[in-house]
Formats: sequence, structure tokens, C-alpha cells
Amino acid sequence: MMRIELVKRPQRSALFSVLSPFIAFALTMIAGGIMFALLGVNPLDAFNIYFIQPISEVWQLHELAIKAAPLILIAVGLSVCYKANIWNIGAEGQFIFGAIFGSIIPVLFPQFEGPLVIPLMLLLGMVGGAFYASIPAFLKTRFSTNEILTSLMLVYVAQLFLDWLVRGPWRDPQGHGFPQTIQFGDSAVLPELMPDAGRANWGILFALVAAVAIWLMMSRMLKGFEVRVLGSSPRAGRFAGFGFNRMVFFTFLLSGALAGLAGISEVSGAIGQLQPVISPGYGFTAIIVAFLGRLNPLGIVAAGLVLALTYLGGEAVQSALGISDKVARVFQGMLLFFVLGCDTLIHYRIRLIGMALTKANGTAQLEAAPKLEEAR
Amino acid sequence: MSANHDRSNLLEVRGLTKIFGTLTACDHIDLNIAKGEIHALLGENGAGKSTLVKMLFGSLEPNSGEIFWDGKAVRITSPGVAKKLGIGMVFQHFSLFEALTAAENIALSLNDGSPISTIAAKARALSFSYGLPLDPDSLVGDLSVGERQRIEIIRCLLQTPQLIILDEPTSVLTPQEADKLFETLERLRSEGKSILYISHRLEEVKRICDSATVLRHGKVVGHCNPREETAASLARMMVGSEVKAVERAPAEGIETAPALLEIRGLTRKPATPFAIPLKNINLTVRAGEVIGIAGVAGNGQGEFFESVSGEVLQQDAGSVRIRGKDAGALSITGRRLMGAAFVPEERLGHGAAPRMKLSENLLLSRHATDGKAFVGSAGMVKNSAVYSAAQRIITAMDVRKSAPDPEAAALSGGNLQKFIVGRELDRKPSVMIVNQPTWGVDAGAAARIRQALIELARSGSAVLVISQDLDELFELSDAIAVMHNGELSAPLPIAEATFEKIGLLMGGAEPGHAEHSLEMA
Repeated sequence: MMRIELVKRPQRSALFSVLSPFIAFALTMIAGGIMFALLGVNPLDAFNIYFIQPISEVWQLHELAIKAAPLILIAVGLSVCYKANIWNIGAEGQFIFGAIFGSIIPVLFPQFEGPLVIPLMLLLGMVGGAFYASIPAFLKTRFSTNEILTSLMLVYVAQLFLDWLVRGPWRDPQGHGFPQTIQFGDSAVLPELMPDAGRANWGILFALVAAVAIWLMMSRMLKGFEVRVLGSSPRAGRFAGFGFNRMVFFTFLLSGALAGLAGISEVSGAIGQLQPVISPGYGFTAIIVAFLGRLNPLGIVAAGLVLALTYLGGEAVQSALGISDKVARVFQGMLLFFVLGCDTLIHYRIRLIGMALTKANGTAQLEAAPKLEEAR
Repeated sequence: MSANHDRSNLLEVRGLTKIFGTLTACDHIDLNIAKGEIHALLGENGAGKSTLVKMLFGSLEPNSGEIFWDGKAVRITSPGVAKKLGIGMVFQHFSLFEALTAAENIALSLNDGSPISTIAAKARALSFSYGLPLDPDSLVGDLSVGERQRIEIIRCLLQTPQLIILDEPTSVLTPQEADKLFETLERLRSEGKSILYISHRLEEVKRICDSATVLRHGKVVGHCNPREETAASLARMMVGSEVKAVERAPAEGIETAPALLEIRGLTRKPATPFAIPLKNINLTVRAGEVIGIAGVAGNGQGEFFESVSGEVLQQDAGSVRIRGKDAGALSITGRRLMGAAFVPEERLGHGAAPRMKLSENLLLSRHATDGKAFVGSAGMVKNSAVYSAAQRIITAMDVRKSAPDPEAAALSGGNLQKFIVGRELDRKPSVMIVNQPTWGVDAGAAARIRQALIELARSGSAVLVISQDLDELFELSDAIAVMHNGELSAPLPIAEATFEKIGLLMGGAEPGHAEHSLEMA
């Protein structure tokens, strides 16, 4: 009889920091294969349709970029929050508020046209997202409210607010009663990068620029150092003279602005108008992207592409095999589950122990291990 | 050492070994404790004392070796077995519930179903006969550290042990309380009980112990009679080399030197129900001098440090003045920019971020004061400048490490403390405030840190040292003030200070200090 024991590593393992997302991905594929088999589909066929076919042509890569752009933009902002040990779960709401603020110009002032429209819309989108993120930040710093709950609950407020807007004051009068705003004018539509090749717009560029900029900040700048210190040891951060409340606002405003930028880019680029639902859960999926990317902006770019593929694959298996596109959610959930599970390997070693050793001995060693580190 | 198991030995240990991974914490330890003797177990931090004692008390199982109790081989597999044999232990860190009375706490550990009133009566009788005054009905939360220790001792005695293990018992006591404890120990010895006394205070070991076993790096390096040794020879056995004595040249012309740190009527309300309020604290530290603040742990030292460092701001900006300017309303960064430097008590998690490299930990306290050197345009960190500064400190303070730029948590306590102190010294601060500079640090590193602090002061800085280690304060300070219950006594010049006087103040002999002169004699 064997027993599995976790032994704490003295230092975090660099090898498993890199390997763990890949192990998680492999485990997801195995579990996903079992799921397809149980659904009565040959797993290999399903994988082909799910993961290979959606990216086998150039125009499909453009679709991938469209889906990946908001995921990367949001996740890069969230990674800064999570590094600071601040838990913004409400990016979905900030995404919606960015879309609403940015849409003020094309919806309320459709006659305003010209090259200034897009930059203004993007700016307003960032302001909207940051404004909406400032609410949980204020509540946390002022009343010590748990930001996980407030930011999450505000998502539903944002969704219902958008729903009310497009059914009420902002509804297109010529829209035959459909709950949507007017189509944005030409100068309010985010341009496509290569119109001949596919639909991908400037959104993916914004995402890549944001990823590189945040990576620079986190790895090379004093601000990034501040985020890491306050996140890993708040008491040492206070000793360093870094203010925790300032950091709460900084991370919420930054991640809110990026989510807002993603929101207005999505509406202005991929959709072209406001409607009751403008996101297939980008704000929540971005949380998975952030962790799958190891909270590293460059890793997040890769993770964003993987998760975007799960969306495309979900649509593909639905049309090809008649399986619900909720399969995409299952894959995303499994990925997050296995990623968090595999992260254990970074700080712990797995050891198999024969039952010959007494239990008391094993636990005593476990107790002693941290003490020993202190003693050293 | 007798090969045939001598009946006059209560406990014999042969070749006891404990291995953790690659580290042999205890390596073939031999130890004999005779009946009716006080046996000292000496060694530096990390020498293996705690591991050995845990094996004797049954909370760790040895990899190899034998234990004989009263001449018979025994296996001590759990603390319950140890208690049954007659081994009792008083831990360094108490395990008491503050919201319960002393008697209730004792009842919890006895766990034999006898009514509280019986236990209280027994405890009262015991405390009376051993000279350990204690009211069993008092709430633990209201008791001093010394009184709490008495509960632990009485709890241990109620189980009528033959061998009592005491782990650093005097580290939390005033000298007077320690004297009381020694009387009790001598009484227990006269009753034929044996005591294993763990300490690193050599003077008290010389005073009360009949024999000693010295550990170094997990091995026994000697058995001796401490009465025939000198403190220096014992220290040599513990450390393995000569410990350089700290040299302190007399401070001259202090009276006229400028006051670099002034604390005027510093008052602070308790931030939490368990915090100590600070009451009208006044103190002046002048250029060139080291002032020590003594006191039993938990008398407001932590609150005081936070207030002076600027981690907590003051209402009255004039209550903390650095180099003649009000600093009470400034943050810790603002106070650093005025020339002050701080070393907190906790190394990991306060003075240093455990999972960050030493170079990053250098930036931690110096990103503002050395902004020009370490941070470039647009807030970019100049990594190579920070790295070479960290290496400079590592060399200057002789920090031993396994990698060029390891994580703080990978260093031993002493080496990390050398780095943290060195990080501040490297700035040549004009005011240096240190809380517990050598807590848990080995003797060699401690001597180095103390010497560096004295040299900083003699080069014209003001140094304030908060410590619970009286020996250290007497070695370092030009004057010693005592903190008790949130109040600070007037500093006693070192020439007038004695353990006696400081100890009385630590026990609260001089409550209030309304009209102390602010200046030092």
C-alpha cells in the first residue's frame, strides 16, 4: 500500500513553473477525451474538429485573434491585480461599462464623424471601465469590503443596466422594436488590420501592446516591484513605504481601464452596435487566461490564444457533431482546475511512501520540515 | 560516562540521531542526566537543542540511538508516553488560553476529569510550597509573562515529573523574576528531581547548573562542569572559535552634541484590544551615542517602533523629530529621506520579503533614499546598480549564502540579519533605530552587528536599540531606558546602570515618569 505525500521544496521550482501549464493542458486533453468518449464521439475526431480545424485557414486565424484580443487585454490587467493579492473578479462588468461609455459618441452623437471619433471612444471606454472598477476599490479601502464579492455582484448590475439601456433610452427607433442601438457609423468602427485576409481588427494590436507594456512594468519598473512586494508580503511593503490603499486603487483602475478598452473594442470592432449581450463571458474566462499564463503578461498572450480556441472549437463541435457548445465552458473549467492543481508542484514535491513506515513518523517529519527551515 | 547503565543516572541517551532530508540535526548524541542535578544543554541556534529535546519529549522519533530511563531502555513515541515516564516540559512559547483562568488552563492539559476546584486547590498548594505565587482563579489574559510561565511550571509539576525540561525559561523574565525561578529550581533539585535546562545565557548556567552538555552543528562537542569554566570558555565551546568581544570606546562630548532623534510626549491609543497604548514617551538620542531600550516582551516596544519609524503616523507632528525637524506627520519614506534608517524585529515578512532576492530586498528600503542611484528615468529599476550594491553589502557584512543573489528566505537568520542591518548601514544614516538587532542570531554574527552599530554611533550618528536581551544592551549602550506597560523610564547612563536597577524598572518598579528630565546626564 502506497501513500502520497507532499514535501515542501526549499525554493520554488523553476522547472515546474514552466512545465505546470503544459501538464495541466495534457491532463485537460485526457479528461476531455474521456468526456467525448462518454458522449459517444471518437475522441480523436472530436479533438480534430475542436482544436485543429478551427485554425487551419487564414480567415480562421483572424477569428481566433478577434476572440483572443479581449481575453488578453482583460487578463493582462487582472494579472497585475492578482500579483498584488487583490481580487478583481468583476472584469465582465468593467468590460460592459467600457462598452457603454465608449458607445456614447456613436449612439448619442451619430452626426459627429472624423478621425477623432475612434480615439475618443477608446478613451471613454477606458474611463468607463476604470470608473466601474473604482467602486469596489472605494468600498474596499473605505469600508474594508471584500472586493471579490462587490466586484462580482457589480457584474450583474452592469449586465442589467446594459439590458435596460438597449431596451429603453438607447433603443434604435427604426429597429423594429429589437433591443439594440443604432448601427455605429463608419468612423466609429474599429478598422480591420488586413481587410482582404480576414476580420481581425486593431483590438489584437492593443492586446499585444498592453501585454508588452505591463510585462515591462512588472519586471523592470519600480511600480511593478511595488505590486510584487505588497502582494507577497504586505507588512514588508508597508515597511518599504508602499501604501496598500493606493495599490488597491492603482490595480483596480488599471485592470478596469484595460477591461473597458476590451469592451469598447469588441463593440466597435466585432459587433458594431450595443445589444443586450455583448460578451460570451470574456471577463470571467480572462481569469483562467491570467492563471494559465502564470500571471505573466507574455504567458497570457499564449494562454489567451488557447482559450480563444476553446470558444471556436465549442462552436465547431456544435455544428459538426451536434454537441452543445457548453463543451467550451467544460474545457475552460477543466483547464483552470488542472492549472491550479498543477501549481502545487511548484512549491511541493510528490513522494510515494510505503505504508511500512509508521504514520506518526511521517507526520512528525512533516511538522519538523518548516521548523528545520527556520533553524537553518 | 559509564558503559553499564548506572542506576544513579535518571536518563541516558546513546547515539541519538535525527536526520531531516540532507541535514543531520542530531548526530550520535550522548547525554547523561543524574538524579537530582540541573543539567545545562548549551548551543547556538540551529545546534540541534530543540530537535534533541523534542525526541526526549516524544514529539519527534529518532532515526537511531537509544534512550535509557532509570537504567531501562525505553521508546518515547509520544508526549503521552513521556509524561507517563515522568518527563515534563515547560516550553519557551506558552500554550495558554487567554480567556480562561489559570486553573481552567491546567485542567485542560491534565484532562483527568477532576473538578476545577480540586485542581485550583492543588495548584494553590504547589505554588505556595515552591515559592511561585499564583492565583489559580485569575484570567490568563490579565497575567504578566512571568506569571504565565508559572502556570506552565505548575502545570508541569502537577504531573509529578522526575525530569523537567525547561526551554530558555529566562528569556521572558526580568532579572528578579529569574532569581525567583532559580530558587524554585534549586528546591526541586533538593527534592531529588532532575532538570534539563536549555539556555544560551552562560552566566546563569554557571550559576545554577551542575553539569553541561554542549552541542554544535548537531554534535556533542563536550561535557563539562560549568562551575569550572568561564563564560568565555563556554562560549568558545558553543561557537567553535573565539568570539570577538565587542569594543565600545567611551562616548565623549555627548552632552553638547546635537540631538538627532527627539521624541516628545509620544502617545498612542491601542490599535487593537491586545495592543499596548503608548503613554507620553520622551527620549533624546544625540549624535555619537547609543541608547538602549530594555523591557520584557509585549510592553509596547512594537508599537513604539511602528510610531517612530512612521509605519504609523502621529497626530502631533512634533512628537517625533529627526535632525531637529518635525517628522511625526511624515510616512516612513519621508523619515528615511530625513536621514533615518530602521530595522524591525521580524526579519522575514517585515524587514525583508521572504520570496524576493537579496538585491530586491535592498530596493525594498532604499528605493526612495537612493532613487537616483537605483531608479532611472520613467521609473525603470537599474538592476545592475542594485545588484552591485547588494554584493557590496554582502561583502561588507560577511553574509554567507549559497547563491550569488539568493531569496531572503534561503538565508539563515543570522546571515539575513547581517544583510538587513548592512543594508541600512550602507546608507550611513544619521539616525538608526533597531528593534531586537540580534534576536536568534548566532554569536559571531551578533558580535559583528553590535560592533557595526557602535561604530555607526561613534562616527556621528544617533543609534536607538530596542532589545529584550540585557547582556546585549549593556554591551552596546551609553545609556539604557526601560519600557514597561507603554511607558518609558528616563535613560540611566551605563556607568550607573546595573542589572538590578534595570530589572526593577522592567518589573514596573517606577510607574509613571511625569517629570523626567529629557536630557541625559
